Amino acid sequence: MGFFVLMWAFFHKLGSPRWFYEISGKWLPWLSLLALSCLILGAVWGLAFAPPDFKQGNSYRIIFIHVPAAAVSMACYMVMAFAAAIHLIWKMKLADVVMRSCAPIGAALTLIALFTGSIWGKPTWGTWWVWDARITSVLILFFLYLGVLALYEAFENAESASKASAVLSLVGCVNVPIIYWSVEWWYSLHQPATIKLTEESTIHPDMLYPLLVMLCGFYAFFVVALLLFSRSEILYRERKTKWVKALAAA
Amino acid sequence: MNNLSVWAGFSATLRRDLLLAYRRRSDFANPLIFFLIVCSLFPLGIGPSPQRLAEMAPGIVWVVALLACLLASDTLFRSDFDDGSLEQMILSPVSLYLQVLAKTTAHWMLTGLPLALMSPLLALLLQLPSQGVIALMLSLLIGSAVLSLIGAIGAALTVSLRKGGVLLSLIILPLYVPVLIFGVAVVEAAVGGFAYSGLLAVLGAMLALALSLSPLAIAASVKISVDN
Repeated sequence: MGFFVLMWAFFHKLGSPRWFYEISGKWLPWLSLLALSCLILGAVWGLAFAPPDFKQGNSYRIIFIHVPAAAVSMACYMVMAFAAAIHLIWKMKLADVVMRSCAPIGAALTLIALFTGSIWGKPTWGTWWVWDARITSVLILFFLYLGVLALYEAFENAESASKASAVLSLVGCVNVPIIYWSVEWWYSLHQPATIKLTEESTIHPDMLYPLLVMLCGFYAFFVVALLLFSRSEILYRERKTKWVKALAAA
Repeated sequence: MNNLSVWAGFSATLRRDLLLAYRRRSDFANPLIFFLIVCSLFPLGIGPSPQRLAEMAPGIVWVVALLACLLASDTLFRSDFDDGSLEQMILSPVSLYLQVLAKTTAHWMLTGLPLALMSPLLALLLQLPSQGVIALMLSLLIGSAVLSLIGAIGAALTVSLRKGGVLLSLIILPLYVPVLIFGVAVVEAAVGGFAYSGLLAVLGAMLALALSLSPLAIAASVKISVDN
């Protein structure tokens, strides 16, 4: 019972942008430290010390950027859709801020995944681009992010903008499981997932560990970026309140 | 509210929309003419070689049908929004879910259905092998209903915006992709001489999903747009 009271209090506090701004300011240095150290460790380990691939030589090393970016871009969509649902159901201001902040970050991450994928595709498949199911689905994910952003910008009334793009991101949610399973459904050039939770991974441990470190780094980076975007969005929206004015004056 | 009045609300909205469309018959013909013209542009663009046309026909017909549905969906809620009928619909005791479902059904009967019925003619023009014609019609029949339901979400979201048209295509086209993939796959399987009932069933599953869930999103979007 005490736990639920505690959770409810936390949930209640989350409704206050000011509280979130203050608490996230305390988390930010630690999270940035985590992100930075994971990214540096993973990049040096993966690029310099991991063994070259038997078939692909050194060109496979872009996996250390490509896979984390693709994974986080999908997770970002889930965060956005979840925030959208919370905003629609409980009308929580903070959820709207998080949703708005997820869209540009997610669009950038999908772009990175597509870009690195095509750089990787040139030496291994001999072409910059193939209309493979997974690549196409990530492209669609990119378009979905753009759609949410465009819809958000189109409304002049902030309330309608956030509600309309919340509905759109929930509808687009249907696409994310399709992306996830697409490799199993329409198997073509793109290799199936090599990291599995339930059975033994088909990637060598020497490559797997740096990849996992990079994955942690990207997730931490995503959280840092999300907090930074949300904080500036909060400051903009609350620009007429006393506490923001006091902050600006200080 | 008993079952009878629920059904009455649905059928009254359906009848009203069909009647309105009947009074403005040229609006109804426009997407069909668009479909015909754009399909006839392709032989001019890629050359009249029957072999190449036959290869591309399933994709061409499907993509153009999709664009025709997209263009048509822009008008779905427009006039009702402008004259305030949409507000009355929200206020009425009949659930908004059923009313938007009825409106979308009427819209599909006026765009998707005639498109599907017209598709054998286009198949003939584009040299589609004869074993693919029935499959094309069936896939368009089911697929266009899904397109209408998805398009209605976009139409409801953008109806209150002055420049909704381009935005509508931006937010709706990505969601059309799975329908396009399976729609074309049905026709290509039939042309290749394979069984296509499984693929058709996937389209049917999409229709079931869209039919049950999209009216929720459409109703929510209508409310947002009217509040705006």
